[in-house]
Amino acid sequence: MQFAFTDEQLMIRESARTFLDAEAALPAVRAVSATSFGYDAHLWQQMTQELGWSAIAIPEVYGGAGLGFVELAILAHEQGRRLLPSPFFATVCLAAPVIMQLGREEQKAQWLSAIAGGSLKAALALSNQAGHADIGRVASTLTRSGADWVLSGEAHFVVSAADADLLLVVARVQETGVKETAVAPSVRVVAVSPKASGVRLQMTEMLDVTRPMSSVAFDQVAVRADALLGLDVDASAGLQRALDQARVVLSAEAVGGAEYSLEAVTAYVKERVQFGRAIGSFQAIKHRLADSMVLVEAAKSMAWYAACAADESTDQDLAMAASQAKSCCADAFNAVAANAIQLHGGIGFTWDHHAHLYFKRARASSMLLGSPAWHRERVACGLGLGSISSALQF
Amino acid sequence: MKIGFTPAQEQFRHEVATWLTEQLAGPYADLRGVSSHTAMVERRRVWEAELGRARLSSVGWPVEWGGRGASLAEQVIFAEEYARAKAPARLNHLGVELLAPTLLTYGTEAQKQRFLEPILMGKEIWCQGYSEPNAGSDLANVATRARLESGPNGDEWVIDGQKIWTSLAAFSDWIFVLCRTEEGSRGNRGLSYLLVPMNQPGITVRPIREMTGHAEFNETFFTGARTAAANIVGAPGEGWKVAMATLAFERGVSTLAQQMDFTNEFDTLVAAAQANGQALDPVIRQRIAEASIGLAVMRYSALRMLTNAESGALSHEAYTYRLYWGVWRKKLGELAMDVLGPAGEYAHSDVPAIHDLQHMFLFSRSDTIYGGTSQIQRNQIAERALGLPKEPRGI
Repeated sequence: MQFAFTDEQLMIRESARTFLDAEAALPAVRAVSATSFGYDAHLWQQMTQELGWSAIAIPEVYGGAGLGFVELAILAHEQGRRLLPSPFFATVCLAAPVIMQLGREEQKAQWLSAIAGGSLKAALALSNQAGHADIGRVASTLTRSGADWVLSGEAHFVVSAADADLLLVVARVQETGVKETAVAPSVRVVAVSPKASGVRLQMTEMLDVTRPMSSVAFDQVAVRADALLGLDVDASAGLQRALDQARVVLSAEAVGGAEYSLEAVTAYVKERVQFGRAIGSFQAIKHRLADSMVLVEAAKSMAWYAACAADESTDQDLAMAASQAKSCCADAFNAVAANAIQLHGGIGFTWDHHAHLYFKRARASSMLLGSPAWHRERVACGLGLGSISSALQF
Repeated sequence: MKIGFTPAQEQFRHEVATWLTEQLAGPYADLRGVSSHTAMVERRRVWEAELGRARLSSVGWPVEWGGRGASLAEQVIFAEEYARAKAPARLNHLGVELLAPTLLTYGTEAQKQRFLEPILMGKEIWCQGYSEPNAGSDLANVATRARLESGPNGDEWVIDGQKIWTSLAAFSDWIFVLCRTEEGSRGNRGLSYLLVPMNQPGITVRPIREMTGHAEFNETFFTGARTAAANIVGAPGEGWKVAMATLAFERGVSTLAQQMDFTNEFDTLVAAAQANGQALDPVIRQRIAEASIGLAVMRYSALRMLTNAESGALSHEAYTYRLYWGVWRKKLGELAMDVLGPAGEYAHSDVPAIHDLQHMFLFSRSDTIYGGTSQIQRNQIAERALGLPKEPRGI
């Protein structure tokens, strides 16, 4: 047990912060958010090919650096501070763990090496129209067609899908003549090219401009048997572990956003003078900032623990840690970002100020891969309080 | 960064768990689950001695003083196993967790020789004399005075004044006292940190009945109370520095033991919710889940804090920890009462869970007051951790 960063981890953090401070200042973030795919392709190239960020948690045998989720979470945390729009989360933190958990050896060799080298961007298509994060409610189906499959349906809130090279689609298997049970459907993940016939992808404009999303429709898409990740068996357990790992990274990213938001407003209240004194000298301001700091520090403790769990723990323990972290860090980021708007006063309510970008990112992140309330219900089930809803499948 | 334990650490866990199980199933079965700080005092002195003989009274102390020089991970393990075994609350926790580390840092060799062993063996129970009626949040406003006098017993400190909120004073043998030793000094200057025997005519203890109905705290009156001139920790006038060090130890390993108590309270609450059906109420479930998140946060904040403390600096999470747990426990108390429903309103329930949760609910109202109110905590976080301008002081 060692609950502090190693020297190597501190070095990764420092170099990431230095790089992002120089390359991802807020005006740049605003500018790239307005481009067609919503991120800076040149910066992405630097991140993947020069800095090796996409390789960090991929095993060495697939060309990665062989580190783990703590290091990945450190990079996400630093990007979260800057609200950096990038395919990093979708490709490295979401798709790569899914491939790692479910892929066959040749799939891992092909895709993980390409992700590590920066030549492949991938996205995970999971949520239905309502944005539900439970695997049991996916809105895509697979039906057999000889030895192969046909994919139909749709997915929404697909992160960084617009110029992805590969879509990983979560779909329920519909066997002809077999009545499907709603509670425990059999699920597969299939790899589909966004350019395949029958795939229609539409970017959706979001309140949070820093994380582009798309809706994807699948109209009788032909899927070859070898495009199935893993074997023809239910993928729920492996998929759930990968999703929990992604939730952990997303939590660390939220902590980064909250941390920066607090730093910025703290600097502001030291400068802003009213009634002849810096407003940061008033207890009404101090106490709100102190409360924000309590939330940020609590979220950090939770997130770094969960990052360790993503590497070290059993599926069940990770599920608990991931849901606790997702709920805790999302709530913290929401509250801290909201507090920052209030303490900035009028300027914090303007479009040109950065406060609303953090506020909107906080809200969007808290809705991604399960809301705080959804995760608390999952924790309640994990604590042995029994199940109250057959509609939720964790 | 890692959360798992090594095989050697797991071996230590096994040793501790086995020893505790044997004791609490055998000779000390009567003490299993005793959580009150004021019950069964004589039996718990014997238990403290048993822990001391097994070198388990304070595993983190250096080996030469009767500890095991245990690493942080081992201290975490000890706290976890102690709680899991439902071993009784530590009678001498102020001696073991606050005074002893203070003496190890600031005490003279003679003081260590004189005081550490009796602490370890439960022979001398300690209490803390900091707060006064006019020195609560503003602790530096201490008015209790001490002066050096020569007499038949050699030079002695003679102490006059009043301390308040002294827990355990009714049966403590010694008290560490913050008092003013420089005539006319103000604020945190001119204070000294004295060690004073409780069993003397110059000291009177009067219990304070709190809103719980119990009397866990006391007023302690000093009227010409005496202690040997050598019983001062640090130099005369440097008491504030020593007292602050003691407060820092309060943020130390003792937080682990405290968290284990919180975990037991949480488990009691969950069991109560399962027993009366509230566990199926969607809102209650959300709140129970939230409480469990708080437990995890405290556990890992404490580990961050203790790990960082090894490097000396008081880190950010250390500033926020005190406020976090006070607010958390108060919410836990409110949740407990919502779970219990009207049955929680009986003044004398014979259901142990109801009695315990009700007491926790009432007692938790003090968790955001003692040791510095939440308002003071927020000022400190804002000024010391966030660097906001200091509050102007009145005259």
